[in-house]
Amino acid sequence: MKTIVPIGPYHPLQEEPEFFTLTVEGEKIVSVDVQVGYNHRGIEKLSEMKTYDQSTFVVERICGICSTSHPFAFVQAVEDIAQIEVPERAKYIRTIIGEGERIHSHLLWLGLAGHFLGYNTVFMWAWKLREEILDVMEILSGNRNNYGMFKPGGVRRDIKAEDIPMVLKKIDSILPTLDMLKKAVLDDPVLQARTKGVGILTKEAAINYSALGPTARASGIKRDVRKDSPYAAYDRVQWDMIVTQNGDVFDKLVLRVLETFESVKIMKECLLTLPPGEIDANLKTIPPGEGIGQHEAPRGECFHYVKSDGTNRPVRHKIRAPTFMNLPTYKSTVINQTISDVTIILAAIDPCYCCTERISVLDTKGTKLYGGEDLVRLSQAKTERLRKEMGVK
Amino acid sequence: MGVKLKALLKSPWVFHMATGSCNNCDIEILDCLTPRFDVERLGILLAGSIKHADILLVTGSGNRQSMERVKRLYEQVPKPCLVVAIGECALSRGIFIDSYNCPLPIDKVIPVDVYIPGCPPRPEAIIAGIAKLIEKVKSKA
Ligand code: SF4
Repeated sequence: MKTIVPIGPYHPLQEEPEFFTLTVEGEKIVSVDVQVGYNHRGIEKLSEMKTYDQSTFVVERICGICSTSHPFAFVQAVEDIAQIEVPERAKYIRTIIGEGERIHSHLLWLGLAGHFLGYNTVFMWAWKLREEILDVMEILSGNRNNYGMFKPGGVRRDIKAEDIPMVLKKIDSILPTLDMLKKAVLDDPVLQARTKGVGILTKEAAINYSALGPTARASGIKRDVRKDSPYAAYDRVQWDMIVTQNGDVFDKLVLRVLETFESVKIMKECLLTLPPGEIDANLKTIPPGEGIGQHEAPRGECFHYVKSDGTNRPVRHKIRAPTFMNLPTYKSTVINQTISDVTIILAAIDPCYCCTERISVLDTKGTKLYGGEDLVRLSQAKTERLRKEMGVK
Repeated sequence: MGVKLKALLKSPWVFHMATGSCNNCDIEILDCLTPRFDVERLGILLAGSIKHADILLVTGSGNRQSMERVKRLYEQVPKPCLVVAIGECALSRGIFIDSYNCPLPIDKVIPVDVYIPGCPPRPEAIIAGIAKLIEKVKSKA
């Protein structure tokens, strides 16, 4: 007998709203469906209403966890149109901020993974450690999250030489705890029992679904934008791409922990070898044209496409977040697993719905997508209706 | 103060609702529960179900699809309950004010007791906000 288990949209599992429909036969999952749209804010349209400088702040607020990844990719797309070279120092600063974000994001995920497994100690430890990194980010950028560091042509804020020793000390201070966390994760029999062989994404499936980032790398695919087409200062420093082979939740866990160490390495090297000079190329006008920007966000490749007509606003801005590609892998990982494992499998790709919800209006027959004007028209009609329903002027 | 309200303020259980946020406010709420800020020592716990909640923490810019659910959830929460709007988005829709998908700020849909500004507000600010809310209710009663 088949039973449908609805989860969501507001549930304690994840902090963002989304709606899962699990069809189960006894304990076994036979099919899964995800419904999103609870986070859609129309960012692409908003971005097209704003100037390039303002858009950087809008894309920063696509997602709070990858609040550097989107500006990172966006400014590179704009620089691609203008065909300018960013000063060396700015590249290093960008790399530092990008890696700091990866550390905090991976720790955040590690904590949540522990929480989903009912292992709250890991949650508390990981998040406690994460605070240290947030402190580092606050020293560097002035903010715990939403750093506001990026601008087309460079960065907004320089790193002061006198801050660097303190930052290095703080980064070093997280290493022992990180090491402990790594050992705890790698050696803990309970964690292994819960995650080994669970939710396997095979290499073929990962390729077929075009999985990205840690989700792909845990299935043995060597894919990392930082190595494949280096940008910023990623080709100036020494670091290794971590790849694991089994594709189960355990491998994803290990991969993210090990990646955190690599990020620490990159961050430290960049801070030590920070070249002197300008931090801004003073980009004044954007010529007409098209540009793309890529950045390896903590969850995978983040891609921005920007089209310019020579004014100070983008005419088209298209964003593809990594979770968009990783979500469909559920179809392969969740099926035939037991319902008790579902939480951790769903969480294993480190989904970010805020990032993904660029557009969610689709004709059910799958043939026609609504265009921008249709959306605006529909939206205006609905606003009117809502206002009437709610009795608001 | 009624016995209900008194019991509610003693150890308020909070339920967290994101209505089209960027996640940052939500993460900062979770942060309040972790060792550095540890609101559990003040008796504040994150409730898993809306039926157990005393205080609703609402974040986000009031996206159309989630607004319907927010209204429904508000109807389900046992009264009396208090509502806290967290973050610029929940206050005024913040940076998303011009968006076609965010027609109304949250306080036009459900009554809000305390507003905590910031994008995102620091965990200290969130804790201070909840403390103020408790003060406010006590002084009114
Ligand atoms: S107020 Fe700022 S940090 Fe909070 S959800 Fe809105 S955009 Fe994100």
